[in-house]
Amino acid sequence: MGGLIAKKLLTLIPVLLAVSLLTYLLLSLLPGDPALLVLGGGAASAEAIAAVRADLGLDQPLPVRYLAWLGDAVQGDLGMSYITRQEVTGAILERLPVTLELMGVSLVLALVVAVPLGVFSAYRSGGRFDRTVTGATFGLLALPNFIFALILIAAFSVGLGLFPATGWSRLSDGLGDNLRAVFLPALALSVSNIAVFTRLLRTDMIATLQEDHVLLARAKGLPTSRILFRHALRPSSFSLLTVAGLQVGTLLSGTVIIETIFALPGVGRLLFDAINSRDLLMVQGVVLLLAVTFVVVNFVVDVLYTFLDPRIRSGAARARA
Amino acid sequence: MPAPEPAPNRPGRLVGADSEQATSSATSAAELQAGQFGNAAATTEPSPEPAQRRRRRKAGVLFYSCLAWLVLVVVVAITAPWLPIPGPDAIDIPNRQAPPFTAGHLLGTDGLGRDIASRLAYGARVSLIISIAAVVTGIVVGGTLGMVVGYFRGRIETVVMAAVDVILAFPALVLLLALVAFVGQSLTAITAVIAFVSIPFYARVARATTLAVSQREYVLAAGLLGARTRRILFREIMPNVILPVAAFGLIALGVVIVLEGSLAFLGLSVQAPAATWGSMIAEGRRYLDSDAHIALIPSVVMFLTVLSLNFVGDVLRSRFDVREANL
Repeated sequence: MGGLIAKKLLTLIPVLLAVSLLTYLLLSLLPGDPALLVLGGGAASAEAIAAVRADLGLDQPLPVRYLAWLGDAVQGDLGMSYITRQEVTGAILERLPVTLELMGVSLVLALVVAVPLGVFSAYRSGGRFDRTVTGATFGLLALPNFIFALILIAAFSVGLGLFPATGWSRLSDGLGDNLRAVFLPALALSVSNIAVFTRLLRTDMIATLQEDHVLLARAKGLPTSRILFRHALRPSSFSLLTVAGLQVGTLLSGTVIIETIFALPGVGRLLFDAINSRDLLMVQGVVLLLAVTFVVVNFVVDVLYTFLDPRIRSGAARARA
Repeated sequence: MPAPEPAPNRPGRLVGADSEQATSSATSAAELQAGQFGNAAATTEPSPEPAQRRRRRKAGVLFYSCLAWLVLVVVVAITAPWLPIPGPDAIDIPNRQAPPFTAGHLLGTDGLGRDIASRLAYGARVSLIISIAAVVTGIVVGGTLGMVVGYFRGRIETVVMAAVDVILAFPALVLLLALVAFVGQSLTAITAVIAFVSIPFYARVARATTLAVSQREYVLAAGLLGARTRRILFREIMPNVILPVAAFGLIALGVVIVLEGSLAFLGLSVQAPAATWGSMIAEGRRYLDSDAHIALIPSVVMFLTVLSLNFVGDVLRSRFDVREANL
């Protein structure tokens, strides 16, 4: 088991290196003088440009620069933004909790909605409930999250006045306010996940419900809810788990839009602001962080999967991995 | 694996496909489904049971209404300059925020008094040009890459697929935003960037299909008959790869429309005052409490378009029996 994880960890390192290299290259090979780009592309004095050149080591060849940047990045130093005069790492860390909470709540919301929907529509597949759910989720898949966010704002903030349309309150300001602030954005963010999870779980559940152990459970006279949630849900949830992990990428992308709409002070909003002010170093830092997060989450899901699915732990599967 | 196979009786199922499925581990297929482009891909319905004919006929009506909507959008986009509508930037101050069905403004006007129907028509041009160009570029570049690599295997496959995985390691929209911000916001730049970000997805689909196809007897036979590599690739393999990739592209079209819409919504697509659906929705946000139609109409149009693309794509996929299980 430990060996398997160690082996997988070894494959993680080259991926992370490649991701960092691509992040660095993408923004270094852009047309234009990097020093000017770093300064925001506006008019800058010759001294300022010279200072940036020295600071970023632009007189050195690209590989040397990359290694120096990587060395700093590994130690948590992503440089200082020339636009906001802020440490990139510090700015990210300050805003990270908001984004993490948003994503976490969104994922939980999606699962809370999707699991019962998926289970029950699989239980009576082809029935009216199933057809309604399948149709509705198909519609949800075509609904961009920013449109869903506007619908939610129009209905719950403008119409009913239940939730604030924009703004954020920290957890330290009280749990109630915090949850009220995070609810609508998280729901808006979860729209595609609800659809994807429901459909995936439904498909897997239908397959599981035809298996012998479910037949046995039914023959033993176990109550339906027990069969569905105790006997069928777990074997049906492996691909759900994998996809939930992989959806983190979609979630990360979604936070940029959702945090902008709801004016939440998170990392996505930071990226949006940095892009608008052409803050190269900040963009680089945030993109690196988001990509690394995505890779690491996928890795963790992969490992978790191994724990959950006994078949992968067996020798035959290990040879494959 | 997600796909519910009532396992045995599927004619035309390839031995090659099965063996590939075994090696390429559950994750890669799920991964494909999970990315931005895969959202829609994850949802292919198992084709309807033969008994339920009524449902199928209903699906037929839906299919043709979706098709009709898409045709309408395309026709309106193409004929926009000749339609009896005001220009997209013409400002009609007295009729600001006019509701739909006002005289002279079929769908009303926005906050600046610009005709919504006209802006929708011109916005459709932007959406269609970007999405079609990006998808075609992605299919040509990514599809060829995946096919070549899947046929030759070996080191080149390892290298290319590693590069593909690295691009996939970036959340799509994040990469897109970062690139657009610094590459520029012209129509070409946005198209190129979206195509670049989507190449990995086509490459994967093409590679997986090629892996299965290249083990079939007629490909071996062509090789034994002494056909050149190029002939085998383009005459024997490509016809089989192009359908799944194209069907995937149809759904990707919807995803690209949403991506472009997201960019436009954030103000990072084609520069204002050019009309795009996303920017219309973003501008309509301000009037949510008083004149919701300004944001609502473009939202509905975008939703219906993406929905139709997904539906038509799904139906075509099930017709060609292109399933994730075969990838």
